[in-house]
Amino acid sequence: MADHSTTVPAVPAGTGHAHGTAGKRDFLKLVAGAGAAIGIGAIAWPMIDSMNPSADVLALSSVEVDLTPITAGMGITVVWRGKPIFVRHRTPAEIKSAEDVPLAQLIEPQPDSQRVKPGHAQWIVLIGICTHLGCIPLGNKPSDPRGDWGGWFCPCHGSQYDTSGRVRHGPAPLNLFLPPYAFMSDTRVKIG
Amino acid sequence: MAGLHKSELTNPVIKWIDTRMPVFTMMQKEYGTFPTPKNFNYFWNFGALAMINLMIMIVTGIFLAMNYQPNTAMAFDSVQRIMRDVNFGWLLRYVHQNGASMFFIVVYIHIFRGLYYGSYKYPRELLWMIGVVLLILMMATAFMGYVLPWGQMSYWGATVITNLFSAFPIVGEPIVTWLWGGFSVDNPTLNRFFSLHYLLPFVIVGVTFLHVAALHITGSNNPLGIDVKSPQDTLPFHPYYTIKDSVGMCVYLMIFAALVFFAPNLLGDPNNFIPANPLQTPADIVPEWYFLPFYAILRSVPNKLGGVCMMFGSLLVLFVLPWLDTSPVRSARFRPIYRQLIWLWVLSAVALGVVGAHPPSGIWVAIGRVATAYYFLHFLVILPVLGKLERPLPLPESISRPVIGGGGGPMPSGATAKPMEKA
Repeated sequence: MADHSTTVPAVPAGTGHAHGTAGKRDFLKLVAGAGAAIGIGAIAWPMIDSMNPSADVLALSSVEVDLTPITAGMGITVVWRGKPIFVRHRTPAEIKSAEDVPLAQLIEPQPDSQRVKPGHAQWIVLIGICTHLGCIPLGNKPSDPRGDWGGWFCPCHGSQYDTSGRVRHGPAPLNLFLPPYAFMSDTRVKIG
Repeated sequence: MAGLHKSELTNPVIKWIDTRMPVFTMMQKEYGTFPTPKNFNYFWNFGALAMINLMIMIVTGIFLAMNYQPNTAMAFDSVQRIMRDVNFGWLLRYVHQNGASMFFIVVYIHIFRGLYYGSYKYPRELLWMIGVVLLILMMATAFMGYVLPWGQMSYWGATVITNLFSAFPIVGEPIVTWLWGGFSVDNPTLNRFFSLHYLLPFVIVGVTFLHVAALHITGSNNPLGIDVKSPQDTLPFHPYYTIKDSVGMCVYLMIFAALVFFAPNLLGDPNNFIPANPLQTPADIVPEWYFLPFYAILRSVPNKLGGVCMMFGSLLVLFVLPWLDTSPVRSARFRPIYRQLIWLWVLSAVALGVVGAHPPSGIWVAIGRVATAYYFLHFLVILPVLGKLERPLPLPESISRPVIGGGGGPMPSGATAKPMEKA
């Protein structure tokens, strides 16, 4: 290196060693650059992560719902993670219409049995957000418009869902999403 | 206004931009080839460190503001939530909180450097005055930031500092009411302090730009305090001082990290863990350490208006320092008497800091008064007179030949031996 030391400042970055092979300087540049990149990443990560849900927000990520006040044909809306959750007590006629529909008629084919918990077919629990552009469909109250399939009707762009929350009329492309939930007893459900 | 910039850069994309907006050429000129005196010591790291510290404060502050609630009912709890619930919130807050202390350490050393090596003298008077503006902006920002956690010290610090203005006759009381937006420090005060605490750092960025712009006209001072006479006296800023600044930065970051990770509350006050209570003042109320000397000056004067004026005066005197110091010799190295008295001034400032941390009684009052007197005496009497009386040592011919007839300190080999090719 000694014979090159005087010319080092004149060698532009990245041109390598005078002999055309990677020299000590290239190695030092790579190590320093990699060290700086790792350091900046390590500094940036706490800032980025601070924007993720905090512990108190995550602590609110489950709600319990008492089902006893919900009579057949009625639904309620509860809030889970800031989103509306529809919990609806379906009548036997509504269950039958949801189970009997041929899958070929559906926009996103899915049997009703996959959308309810076994043994609890009278309860349908859905995330109440239209899969089109995020409005909240009407239909929980018996007096609401429920569309031609007796489920939910979105007032924004006219999407319609059946009693299983499956989309039957566009523009919504998908069925209403299901939140994770479990029955703690026959009259109590835990969402989240 | 016509004519594209004739860029000498080779990368076609960069050249295309540089031709239309020569920022790359400017960066290369101001931070690449910028001719810098070759004899800097490590005191010349602190300007760069202050810049890094400012960026750390702004970035951590932006993320803290995403979780802070500037409302008296929620402020204290929102800070505790940052500490406990927000991911890495403890880290962001401890970096920001200790970053304020680090910022003052860095800036006070930076100012000492200017005092010791006469960086405030012709032709750098304006550069120095812009620096004093930066110091005052920093103090205002730090004060308002300290109010935001809304602990006992926040609240009573805000009350005491805003009440300083009540010392002025006639206009005093209306000013205080205006500052508060009410009749005591309350929600309107907290809201405006938050707004200004977010605004002022960006004002500091702007004034820092002016500080650097002025620096790049006059060029840097150096430990010998003599002018650059030829290209042989300088080195290009990059890589020589980017590397030297990086070494200092590593040491600075190690001290900063030690503070954040091992003693995050060392410089804080336990009273600020108690939520603000407008009906009870803490038993002993002290400002943050970096305000202690000024606080001591305030208390040393047994008159309300006098104390306030002296306190503000201790900062304002720095504005006229370039004209108070009558000696044409910059560096204390060549001023045998100033070289000793500057340490006496440092001692008075440190003594004031210690006095400020103690209750104003007994010996502390006497020490505080002597130190206050010397603080002002140094600027207002000693410096004007000393310039006339002191006999400076012979100045070196140039930076390259620091001592007549002999070699100076360690210089890069070849730097003196042959002329350097540079702009």
